[in-house]
Amino acid sequence: MTAMSASDSVPPPLVRFTDIVKRFGEKPPVIDGISLTAERGDFISLIGPSGCGKSTVLKLMSGLLPITSGEIVVDGMKPVDAREELFYVFQEPTLLPWLTVRANVELPLKIRGRLAAERAAVADKNLSLVGLTERADFYPRELSGGQKMRVSIARALSMSPELLLMDEPFGALDEMTRDHLNEELLAIRQQHAWTAFFVTHSVAEAVFLSNRIIVLSANPGRIHTEVKVDLPYPRTEETRLSAEYQRLVAEVSRLLRSVERLKNAA
Amino acid sequence: MKKSRIDKFLPVFSTASIIGLWYLVRAIMPEEQHFLLPAPHQILQAFHDKGPALWAAALNTGRGALLGFSSAVLLSFLLALFLSLSPRIRASFYPHLMVLQMTPIIILAPILILWVGAGLKSVVIITFLICFFPMVVNTTQGLVSTDANLVDFFRMCNASKRQEILWLRVPAALPYFFTGLRIAATLAPIGAIVGDLYAGNAAGGQGGLGFLTIVYSSQFQMGALFATALVSCALGFVFVGVVLVFSWLGLRKWHESYRKDA
Repeated sequence: MTAMSASDSVPPPLVRFTDIVKRFGEKPPVIDGISLTAERGDFISLIGPSGCGKSTVLKLMSGLLPITSGEIVVDGMKPVDAREELFYVFQEPTLLPWLTVRANVELPLKIRGRLAAERAAVADKNLSLVGLTERADFYPRELSGGQKMRVSIARALSMSPELLLMDEPFGALDEMTRDHLNEELLAIRQQHAWTAFFVTHSVAEAVFLSNRIIVLSANPGRIHTEVKVDLPYPRTEETRLSAEYQRLVAEVSRLLRSVERLKNAA
Repeated sequence: MKKSRIDKFLPVFSTASIIGLWYLVRAIMPEEQHFLLPAPHQILQAFHDKGPALWAAALNTGRGALLGFSSAVLLSFLLALFLSLSPRIRASFYPHLMVLQMTPIIILAPILILWVGAGLKSVVIITFLICFFPMVVNTTQGLVSTDANLVDFFRMCNASKRQEILWLRVPAALPYFFTGLRIAATLAPIGAIVGDLYAGNAAGGQGGLGFLTIVYSSQFQMGALFATALVSCALGFVFVGVVLVFSWLGLRKWHESYRKDA
């Protein structure tokens, strides 16, 4: 598999970063020269010490922040033009507290002027996907943290995105809930294998979810190493018990520690 | 927490004690000073004697307060929407708003009356001025305090500016709006009475509670003055009560402050 292939037989990558630099004002760059490609169906985790620009990478891909130099192409388009195809899952559930669960899930479609019947059908489907059909008429304040995040994911799926950008979506949850949601996320993805960029601090989560883990170094943010995860999908809680899973967790943890040391030495 | 039976009766006990103390003070006072502190039953008597006048004055003041209050709510909302559009706009207009707010309404009142004439018109304008600023400040604050992630979410959906304002910024500002509304509701009857103190005089049959106060104090009718004060107080409760009902209707389903277990 070659990322740079231009031959007709290989489809073009869904996402291509070419030498991305991002700086805020006159300060030294936060991200300095990141190039990578993502094929359709990739689940890529970005992991690294704080200050490595993980979240910034997602903001650049979604067009929420302008790029200083370099180019990002998503499905042949500039990020801002690709918004029909990509969606962002924020660290917080970012639900509108005055809307019911159902209305929150329908909102992206409503903003785009879709008809009520279509919106209702999509909301029904996605709420059942995240197991919250029973909670459709609740308000966010009546849900637990894990349930709110499920709604947020159901909402992100309402536009049937090809690319999902997830910024530590489970970072605020306890470990049990997080493991559970990781399994659910992969189960949901069985239906339609969207491509994912997933920012996390948790090595275990990154190994469990991804087929590629990109370890970033900090100050400035660069790609340090990429680790391929060849564990077969579908992955279940059994996967966590396998020797290969545990070997990978150890390897990525070791890489992360060496990156931390580099950062502290700098 | 369930209220115990004793808690329920506490206000009754305290009210009874205050009335008892009131009579006690009168008993100690020299007889010739009794007119300064009418006994509670004399105040009730004044309610009976001046009933129609008090009722008419309360209606007049209530009308002035309501007109001033509702125009302040409407216009302050529109101004807040405008101010929320950009920090530049806020920087240009906030200082003037502050200056107007800091100027005591008591001093502005005679100027206004000279401009527009005495009567309901000036009462409404004075009420409007006193209610307007807390409404503008609170609503603007609410409109610009929208969670940045929610704004990003709307941008991700390619929402138009109109959708962002109507579906995100305005509902998110509702709790702030109701806080402003509650402050304005306590100020509205005060504004109308202040206006009436100056402008009620020339209003013919349209005098309100402020005008009654002037009349009764010039005649040393202490019982009637106390009755007027109680009526003004009741008017304040009506205004705040109505606002609290609206606030409850708007927020009870979703806002944290109306959680049952909170």
